[in-house]
Amino acid sequence: MMIDVGRMMLEILPEIGLLILIGVVLVLDLFWRKSRKKLGWVSFAGLLLIFVLTLVFVQPARLPQLTWGGMISLDMTGYIFRMIFIAGAALTVLYAIANDSLAGRGEFYLLLLTSTLGMCFMASAADLIMLFLAIETTTVPLFVLAGFLTRDQKSVESGIKYLLFAAMTSAVMLYGFTWLYGFSGTTQLYQIAERLKYGFVPQAAVVAAMMLVLVGFGFKISAVPFHFWAPDVYDGAPYPVAGFLSTASKAAGFAVLARALFVIFPLQTETWTLIVALLSTASMFVGNLLALAQKNIKRLLAYSSIAQAGYILIGVAADSPLGTSGVIYYLSAYLLTNLAAFGIVALVGRAVGSDEISAYAGLSRRSPALALAMLVVMLSLGGIPPFAGFIGKLLVFAAAIERGLIWLAILGVINTIVALFYYLTVLKVIYLYRSEEEDKPLAVSSAAGTALVICIVGIIALGVVIAPLYGWSTDAAATLLFLPR
Amino acid sequence: MQFPILSVIIFIPLVAALLILLLPAQQRNWIRGLALGAVTLDFLLTLVVYFSYDAAAGGYQMLERFAWLPALGISYYVGVDGISAPLVLMAGVVAFCGVLVSWNVDDRPREFFSFLLFLAVSVLGVFASLDLFQLFFFFELAIFPKYLMIVVWGSPKTREYGGMKLTLYLFIGSMFALLGALAIYFGSGLRTFDMLALEKAGFAAEFQRFWFLFVFLGFGVLGGIFPFYSWAPDGHVAAPTAISMMLAGVEMKVGTFAALRVGIMLLPEGARHWAWLILALATVNVVYGALIAMIQSDFKYVIGFSSVSHMGLVLIGFASLNAKGLLGAGLQMFSHGVMTALFFAVVGMVYDRTHTRDIARLGGLYRKMPWAAVGFIIGGLVSMGMPGFSGFVAEFPIFMGAWQAMPVVAIIAILGILITAAYILLVVRRVFFGDLPADYEMVADISLLDKIAIGVLAAMMIALGCFPVLMEPLVASGVGRIMALLGGM
Amino acid sequence: MDWIFNHLVTLILFIPTLAALLMLFLPAAKITLLRWWAFIASLIPFLLSLVVWARFDADGKGFQFVEHTIWYRSLNASYHLGVDGISLTLVVLTTFLTPLAILASYSIQERVKAYMILFLLLETGMLGVFLSLDLLLFFVFWEIGLVPMYFLINQWGGSNRNYASLKFILYTMGGSLGLLLSIQLMGVVAGTYDLPLLFERWANLKEATLLGMPTETVKSIIFWAFVVAFAIKVPVWPFHTWLPDAHTEAPTAGSMILAGVLLKLGGYGFLRLVLPLFPQQAHQFAGYLALLATLAVILGALGAWAQKDFKRLVAYSSINHMGFVVLGIAAAAWAAGTENAVIAVNGAVLQMVTHGLSSAGMFFLVGVIYERTHTRNLEEYGGLFTLVPVYGGILLFVAMGSLGLPGLAGFVSEFLVIRGVWPVFTLATALSMIGLFFTGAYILKALRQVLHGPLNERWVGHLTEINLREIVVIAPMMALMLLIGVYPAWILDVINRAVMMWF
Repeated sequence: MMIDVGRMMLEILPEIGLLILIGVVLVLDLFWRKSRKKLGWVSFAGLLLIFVLTLVFVQPARLPQLTWGGMISLDMTGYIFRMIFIAGAALTVLYAIANDSLAGRGEFYLLLLTSTLGMCFMASAADLIMLFLAIETTTVPLFVLAGFLTRDQKSVESGIKYLLFAAMTSAVMLYGFTWLYGFSGTTQLYQIAERLKYGFVPQAAVVAAMMLVLVGFGFKISAVPFHFWAPDVYDGAPYPVAGFLSTASKAAGFAVLARALFVIFPLQTETWTLIVALLSTASMFVGNLLALAQKNIKRLLAYSSIAQAGYILIGVAADSPLGTSGVIYYLSAYLLTNLAAFGIVALVGRAVGSDEISAYAGLSRRSPALALAMLVVMLSLGGIPPFAGFIGKLLVFAAAIERGLIWLAILGVINTIVALFYYLTVLKVIYLYRSEEEDKPLAVSSAAGTALVICIVGIIALGVVIAPLYGWSTDAAATLLFLPR
Repeated sequence: MQFPILSVIIFIPLVAALLILLLPAQQRNWIRGLALGAVTLDFLLTLVVYFSYDAAAGGYQMLERFAWLPALGISYYVGVDGISAPLVLMAGVVAFCGVLVSWNVDDRPREFFSFLLFLAVSVLGVFASLDLFQLFFFFELAIFPKYLMIVVWGSPKTREYGGMKLTLYLFIGSMFALLGALAIYFGSGLRTFDMLALEKAGFAAEFQRFWFLFVFLGFGVLGGIFPFYSWAPDGHVAAPTAISMMLAGVEMKVGTFAALRVGIMLLPEGARHWAWLILALATVNVVYGALIAMIQSDFKYVIGFSSVSHMGLVLIGFASLNAKGLLGAGLQMFSHGVMTALFFAVVGMVYDRTHTRDIARLGGLYRKMPWAAVGFIIGGLVSMGMPGFSGFVAEFPIFMGAWQAMPVVAIIAILGILITAAYILLVVRRVFFGDLPADYEMVADISLLDKIAIGVLAAMMIALGCFPVLMEPLVASGVGRIMALLGGM
Repeated sequence: MDWIFNHLVTLILFIPTLAALLMLFLPAAKITLLRWWAFIASLIPFLLSLVVWARFDADGKGFQFVEHTIWYRSLNASYHLGVDGISLTLVVLTTFLTPLAILASYSIQERVKAYMILFLLLETGMLGVFLSLDLLLFFVFWEIGLVPMYFLINQWGGSNRNYASLKFILYTMGGSLGLLLSIQLMGVVAGTYDLPLLFERWANLKEATLLGMPTETVKSIIFWAFVVAFAIKVPVWPFHTWLPDAHTEAPTAGSMILAGVLLKLGGYGFLRLVLPLFPQQAHQFAGYLALLATLAVILGALGAWAQKDFKRLVAYSSINHMGFVVLGIAAAAWAAGTENAVIAVNGAVLQMVTHGLSSAGMFFLVGVIYERTHTRNLEEYGGLFTLVPVYGGILLFVAMGSLGLPGLAGFVSEFLVIRGVWPVFTLATALSMIGLFFTGAYILKALRQVLHGPLNERWVGHLTEINLREIVVIAPMMALMLLIGVYPAWILDVINRAVMMWF
C-alpha cells in the first residue's frame, strides 16, 4: 500500500501550520529583540492564514477516516473544533498584543501556539496515547501561561494551582486509560469499543474506567466537582490567558469528552448519560449559586463558566445528534462570548485598576461602546436573543426535551434564570451607577478593538444567522455518533 | 412580489435603533428626531396593515416566509390575522406615543431611544410571528431593553428592585413556556416550528393537558395572571413613562397573545381541560387587582394594579373558550393597551411636573393641565367599561362568554367593574379636582407633543367605543379560526 | 330634506353631541357665546321633536320613525331607534326641559365651557334611553348619562358634592351591574338584543338555563335584576337614599334634569322592558312592587315633611311622586290586559311628565331663592311674599301643581293612577291617598315657611325679585302644567294609544 505523504500532510495541515508558525516565532524572537510586539501580529497573521487554509483545504471526508496509523480520526468534529481553537488562539493573541505586560514577550506566543497545537490534536485524536500526549501538550504550556507574570504572586499561585490540579487529574485519567488498555489490549479508540463489546469485561469495571477517564475530562471542562481550580486560576492568570483557558481549553475538553463517551462507551450509554446529567446539574447549580455571591468580575466569569459547562453537558447527556450539534454550537458561541468578556474585563481592569464589579460603575458614560459590548456579552451568556448564547441554550434544552430528559431541561431553565440575575446585575452597575471618573474616556487599543469587534459581530451573527454553523455542527455530530449522513 | 410591509414595520425601528447608536451622544435632536421619524412611519404602516386586512377573507394575510434554519424547520414567517392585526396597530400607536412623551429625556437619550425602539421591534415581531421559534426570538429580545430602561431611567426609589423583579418573573415564565414550546415541537413529530402546521398536529390529549400549563402560565406571567402578577405593579411603577406605557400597554398583551397563540391554539384540548383553573385565577385577578388598586396611595400603583385587574378580563375571555369571550378578549387586548398607555402617559406628565405620585399631595391639577385631566378621565371611563368607549365594547362580550362558560365567574367578576369605577373616580377627583396645593401654582401645562399623544390614544378608544365595526369584524374573523381549532364549540 | 325627515330621531339624539364637540373649539373665555351656543343647540332637538310629534301617527301600530343599522354584528346588536307614544312623550319632555335647564344655568360663572358640554352630552344620554329599540343600545345610553351627571354634581355642586356624586354614581352603577349581567345573559340566551324581536321571543322562551336552573327561575332572576336597576333610578323605597344627597348637592339645572328626566328613565325602563319582557314575573311580584311604591309615597312624604332644607324637601317630594308612577306600573303588571291596567299606565306616564314639569320647576325655584339668599334652610326664610311677590306667586303656582291641585297637571295624572289602581290594589291605593294627604301637608308647610309667617328682617333690601331670564325659564313649564291640567286630552291621546298597544 502506497503511503500518500502529501495527502497525509494535508490532513494535518493546521497542526503543521501551527508547528511552522511556532518555528517562525521562535526564530524571529531571537532577531527582533527591539520590537517583539510585532511577534504578536505575526502570530495573529499566521493563525489567520492557518484558519483560512484549513477552512478551504482540509475538507473532511463524509465518514470518519482513520489516518496516521489510526492515531488520528479525520472527521467534521475534529475539523470544527480545530477551527474553534485556532480562532480562539487568534483572538487571544490580539488581546495579548493589547496587554503591555504580555505583548513584548515572544515566549508567550510560543506557549500559546503550542497549547493550541495540542488542542488540535485533542480534537482529532483517535488513540489513547495520542490523546494523552495531546492533552499534556495542551496543559503544560497553559500552566506556564497561567503563572506567566512571575512578579505577580497571584499569577504564580494560579499557575501552580493549575499545575497541581492538572497533574493530579491527568494521573487519574491515565490510570483510567491503562484500565481500558488492559481490558481491550489496544489503544485505538474505535477498536477498544469493538473489543469491549465482544469481550467479557465486567460492566462494573468498564464503568469504573469510564469514571476515571471522566475525572480528567471533567477537569478540562471545569465541571463540578473538578472545578476548584477555575476561580483562583482565572483570577490570578493574565486576562488573555484566563479567557483562553475558559474557552478554547474548555472546548478541547468537550471535544475529547464527547468523542470518548460516544466512541468508547456506546454500550454504557444509560450509565454515562446519567452521570453526565448529574455532573451537569451540579455544575449549573454550584456555578450559578456561587457566581451570585461574587464581587469580582473575573471570579464571576469563572463561576459562570463552570455553570456554562453545566449547560453544555446537558447537550452531551442528551446523547443525540441534536444534543451534540448543540454542544458544538454552544461552544462556538461561548468561545466568542467569553473571549469578548475577558477582553472587556482586561481593558476596564487596566484603566480602572480593579476587577471589582463595583469598578464598572459609570462605564456606560465613560465608554458607551464598551458598555454596549458588555451588554451583548452578558446577554449572550444569559441566553438572550438575538445573541449566540440563546441559540446554544435553545439547542441543548431542545435536545434534552427531545430525549425525554424533561427534569434536566427544567433544572437548566431554573439555572438560566438564576444566571440572568447576576448578568443583569453587572449591566445594572454599568448603566446605572455613577463614578467620579466617568467623564474620562477609556482608551481601546487597535488590537483589542479588532478582537472585540470580531467577537461582537460573531456573537450577533451566530445569534441571527444560524444555519451555516448549525449545518456544520450537525455534520460533526453525525460523524461523531457514527450516524450515516 | 408584494410589498413586505410587516417586515418593514418590524425592521424600521431596528434600523433606527442601530443608527441612533452610531450617532454621537451630543446630537440629541437628531437622535430623538430619528426615533420619532421611525415610530411615526411605523405607526402609519401599522395603520395600513390594519385597514388593508381583509376581514371577509380572514385567515393569515400579508404573509412573508424565508427559510431561517431549515434543518430544524425554523423559518422567518410573518403574517397577521384578525387577532394580531389590531395588536400590531396598538403596538404602533403606543410606540409612537411613547416617543412623544419621552421627548425631553436628557439622560443618555441615545441609549434611551435606541432601547425603546428595540422594545418596539420585539413586540411587533411577536405579534407578527407565525413561527414558534421566531416568536420566542422576538419575545426574549425585549428582556434587556425592559430591564435596563427601568433600572436606568426609572424612578429612583424602586427601580433596581422593580426592574429585576419584573425581568426575572418574565424570564421565568418565558423559560417555562419555552420548554412547552420545545415539547410541542418534538411532540408534533412534524419537525417544524411553523405554527400553522403545528395547529393541525393533533396532539394526544394527555400531552396537551401536561404541557398546556407550561405554555399558558409561562406566557400568562407576562399577561399578569394571578398569582404571578406581582411583577406588574412594581415594574410598571418603577419604569419610566414610555416604558410603563409599552410594558403595561403592549408587553402584557404580548404575554396574553402568546398564551393564546401557543397555549390555546396549539393545545386546544389542554385549554379545555384547564379552562376552569384559568377562569378561577383570572377572576381573582379582576376582583383582587381592583381591590388592591383602590387602597393604593401612589398614583402610579393604582394604574399598575388596574392593569392586573383588566388583564384578568382578557384571560377570562380566553378561558371561556367560546366565540363571544374570545372576541371580547381580542378587543380588550387592544382597548386595554391603548387605555393603559394613556394612563401611564398622564401619570408621567403629572409626575414630571409635580415630582410626586402621592395622591394625597396632589390636587386641582385640572386647572393646570386640562388636557391631561380629560385624557385621564377618558381612560378612566374606558377602564370602568363605560358604554361609548372601547372598554365596554370589549368587556361586554367577555362577560357574555363567561356566562356561557361559567356563570359564577361573570357574577363575581362584575364586581371588579364597580370597584374600578370607585377607585377611578376617587383618583380623578383627588388628583385633578379639589384644591390645588400651593406648591403647584407654578406647574406648567403639558406640551403640544404630549397633547398629541393623549389625543391620538383617546380618539382611538372613543372611535372603537362608538363604532365597534371598526375592529369587530377583524377580531371576529380571527376568533372564527380559533373556534375551528377548538372544534367549533 | 328627505334625509332630515328620515333621520329625525338620529338628529334629535346627536345634535347635542355634535354641538358639544364643536364647542370644544370655541374659546373658553367667551362665556356669553358659549351659553347661547348651548342654548340654541338644545333648542334644535326640541323643535325637531315637535316635528316628530306633529308627524307622529297616533293611530299607527308599533314604533315609528324607526332607524335600523348594524352596530355590533357579533353580538347581534344594532343601532335601532324609534318612538311610540310613551317614549315620544318623554322625548319631548326631555328636549323641552333641557333648553330651560341650560337657560337656568346662565348663572354658572365658572368653567362654563365644560359645564355646557357636559349638559349637552347628558341630553344625548337621556334621549338615547328613550329612543333605543335595542337592549344593548339602551344600556349604552343608560350608562352614558351617568357620567356627565356625575361631573355636573361633582364639579358644580354644593359643599358636600364629593360624597353625593360618588354615592350617586356608585348607587346607579351598582344597580346597573345587575342590569348589565342580565342583558348579557339575555343576549347569550336569546341571541339578539333587538327589542321588537325580544318582545316576541323572550316571554315565551322556554329553554333558557342558568347553572341548571329552570327557565322560570332564570327569568325571575333577570326580572329582579332589572327591577332593582330601575327601582334605584326611580327611586323606589328603600333604594332612594342616593337621591336626596344628589339632588341637594347638584347645581340647580342639574337638579332640574335629574328630577325632571333622569328619574323617568327608571319608570320608562319598567314600562318598556320589565312589563313586556316579563309579564308572568311582573304579575307574580306585582304585589311587592305595589307595597314598595306605597311605602315610597308615604315615607317620601313623611321624609319631606321632616326636612329643614328646602331643596331636600323637594328631593323627598320626588320620591313621593314617583311612588305613584311605580304604583301605576305595579297595578298594570298585576292586571295586565284590563282596562284598569290601561288607565293606570296612562296615569303613570302622564305622572312622569307632570312630575317632570313640577319638580323641575320646584328645583329651579329653590335655586332662584338660593342664589339670592345662599341658604336653603327653611327656618331662615319667612314672609318673603312681601319682598318678592312675583316669585311668590310663581312658587305658589308650581307648588300647587306639585301638590295635585285640580286644574293643574298633577291632579290629572294622580287621579288617573288612583283610578286605575284602586280596583287592583285597593289597600295600597288607600294608603297612598293618605300619602297624598301628607304631600299637601309638607308643601303647604314649605310655602308657609318661605312665603308667609313673620318676615325675616335679614332679607329686607337684599332679596331681589325674580328676573326676566328666570321668568322665561319657568313660564313654559307653568303654561304646560296649566294646559295639561285643563285639557289633558292632546297628550293623553298619544300616550293612550301606545298604552293600548302594549297593555
